Amino acid sequence: MRRTPLVSVLAGLALALTACGGDGDGDTTTAGSGGGELTGRGPITLVSGKDRSGNMQKMVDGWNAAHPNETVRIIELPDEPNDQRQQMIQNATTRSDAYTVLNLDVVWTAEFAANRWLAELPKNQLDTAKLLPATVTTGEYRGRLYAMPLTSDSGLLFYRTDLLKKAGVSEPPKTWAEMWDACDKVKKLPEGKGVDCYLTEVGKTEGLTVTAAEAINSTGGNIVDASGKPAVNTPQAKEGVDFLVNAIKDGRMPKAALTLDGEGGRRHFQAGKLLFHRQWPYQYGLANTDDGSSKVVGKFAVAPIPGPNGPGAANLGGHNYAISAFAKNKATALDFIKYMADEKQQKANSLATSQAPTVAALYDDPEMIKKYPYLPTLKAAIQNAKSRPVVVRYGDVTAAIQGSVYDALGGKTPTGQAMTDLQNKLTELTTP
Amino acid sequence: MATTVKNRPDAVPRPAAGARRGRRPKGDAQSSRRLAAVLLSPTLLVLALVVGYPVIAGFRESLYSRGQQLDADGFVVEGERFVGLDNYTAVFSGDRGDAFWNAFYNTTFFTVTTVALETVIGVVMALIMHQAFRGRAFVRASILVPWAIPTAISGLLWRWIFQHDGVANAVLRQQVLWTADGLESKIAVIIAEVWKTSPFIGLLVLAGLQMIPREVYEAARVDGAGPLQRFWRITLPLVKPTLLVAVLFRMLDALRMFDLPAVLIGVNKDSVETLTMLSWFEANNVRYGSAAAYATILFVYIAVIAYLFVRLLGADIIGQAKQTGKQRQTRKKAKA
Repeated sequence: MRRTPLVSVLAGLALALTACGGDGDGDTTTAGSGGGELTGRGPITLVSGKDRSGNMQKMVDGWNAAHPNETVRIIELPDEPNDQRQQMIQNATTRSDAYTVLNLDVVWTAEFAANRWLAELPKNQLDTAKLLPATVTTGEYRGRLYAMPLTSDSGLLFYRTDLLKKAGVSEPPKTWAEMWDACDKVKKLPEGKGVDCYLTEVGKTEGLTVTAAEAINSTGGNIVDASGKPAVNTPQAKEGVDFLVNAIKDGRMPKAALTLDGEGGRRHFQAGKLLFHRQWPYQYGLANTDDGSSKVVGKFAVAPIPGPNGPGAANLGGHNYAISAFAKNKATALDFIKYMADEKQQKANSLATSQAPTVAALYDDPEMIKKYPYLPTLKAAIQNAKSRPVVVRYGDVTAAIQGSVYDALGGKTPTGQAMTDLQNKLTELTTP
Repeated sequence: MATTVKNRPDAVPRPAAGARRGRRPKGDAQSSRRLAAVLLSPTLLVLALVVGYPVIAGFRESLYSRGQQLDADGFVVEGERFVGLDNYTAVFSGDRGDAFWNAFYNTTFFTVTTVALETVIGVVMALIMHQAFRGRAFVRASILVPWAIPTAISGLLWRWIFQHDGVANAVLRQQVLWTADGLESKIAVIIAEVWKTSPFIGLLVLAGLQMIPREVYEAARVDGAGPLQRFWRITLPLVKPTLLVAVLFRMLDALRMFDLPAVLIGVNKDSVETLTMLSWFEANNVRYGSAAAYATILFVYIAVIAYLFVRLLGADIIGQAKQTGKQRQTRKKAKA
């Protein structure tokens, strides 16, 4: 009897070795990294997070009606972005052809492209000229286009028009100093009691990376410079992070911000306890919902985020469509991406979901502006916006940024020390 | 409960089997052994497949690395590389070494504090549930509620309680940032964990209590033992085997704690980062080799703790085997 488990363990071991040996020596020729032709026509899949509005299905139905032999099927992934990324990576590491068109978050492009998980897109066949230029950079890796920007997003400064008016401030602040001035004036009003001055996302999540990038870019600094080298031990980077550190230290930003995520911030703003709020545009509709959930209906407006000497540099969000390197029917996939990125589809999508388009002209479209009055402001923000670090090991880089900046904000380490530590960590992470 | 299951089969069929064994020819014993092997083999096969294979495959993975280098065009160099123990040495060196020892400390700290608190509270719960009083069924059911709630959900519930404008701060009339990164978050995790898992110990200890015969207490009372004496001298020794098993289970569970701190406080927070979270982070960043190394180290750590626990405190987890061993020894002695 004692021999039996040993035998099965050995069998298991043999199984393990053969099973794992298989995926290590896969041939590399199939990976379409060299900008090869996108060929093959037939049914494909579109892999994306939850289609909450049902509008994606509607657009796909439109395509399917016109292309009965090249139908698209939507594969819905979990709601959590990280889970989506995990599943897409799993599909890629097994070289499965189950996923064709991938709906990627803007920060994943570098990692997916560098791992040869994406097919390069032909720039001459896709009309990127009509898109906002900043959005196109989010689909590029080392000068090559790997993903077509479909939706965009950027931070805006939400501010309370009623309070500013009472305090005699006629314009939203363009600089940090103006913002603090306005706060001081509002603080003196009876209505200003219990209203926090400013809030941006500083909880230890991806939101903190966005916040840090915005603060550093606004001072003219960079987290990772154009050549791909980290540059956070510069005076500009320190000035940016110090703005956040001092905001908390001086009580401009509530200390509780360290525990709040984006939704926590929205609750705070909608409860009427916040004067200035850096937030994504999705809050606009929700804070204007007249069902009792918001106390600031009609009492706020948006402006570009402020910086040290003028408007700041907001950060880019959004989603891009890419083609899996291991997929079949890539020609169909390219046509489908063209269809989805088309101005007409983008407009319909924006009107249905409130996701911002990437086509520049749509920001001046009267019908769009009527539904989303913040669009001209958002256009200005996106034109001036920067992307988060374009690095292959993005997961490690964002965790390192969050760690160091959070320690500085919480008063654990002085800003200078935190930035030196971060520089060392990032140097290690970005050296090939 | 464990005691009865253990004693009965031993007490009755053993001598009979022993008696028969003497009469049977040798070949018979061999064939029955073979039959036992055949009958057990499906179980062993399944175990090898669902336990043995993953453990070995995980260990093998921990010796490899892939996709960590970029070529001149910015593409990841493909293919798996055998790196020997590099993944293990990397765990202990530099920044990652600090992170490892921090997580190691957190894991151990959470295990010691939560299990100690749970044991005390669980035993008290069991003593209360064991009393005969009106509404006993209701108390029993309500004590078990936390255990019935999935950990991720209880993590969410506690996050609401511990948020800056939540119930905890309202009750304390303080502005404590429980879910920021600090000692407060450790305390929050301990509170939520103890709340959730004390009923488990309570339930198991209750089962042990119900096995103690009433006569023992009556005899003690006749001899003039007070309630405290009865607890220390009778209840605790008699419930010890069950209690130790319950504590061992809780320890093994607490050592691989992940979901509660991850949901309640968040990932990548030094103050509550446990070893499983480090492994999760590595896997998340497509470094499966390194993730497997962390998992293997945790596996060894848990195995060592379990072994020491069984050895030092004599937790009767494999009680039957031990008892048969003893019986054989006594039989030998009797023969001599």
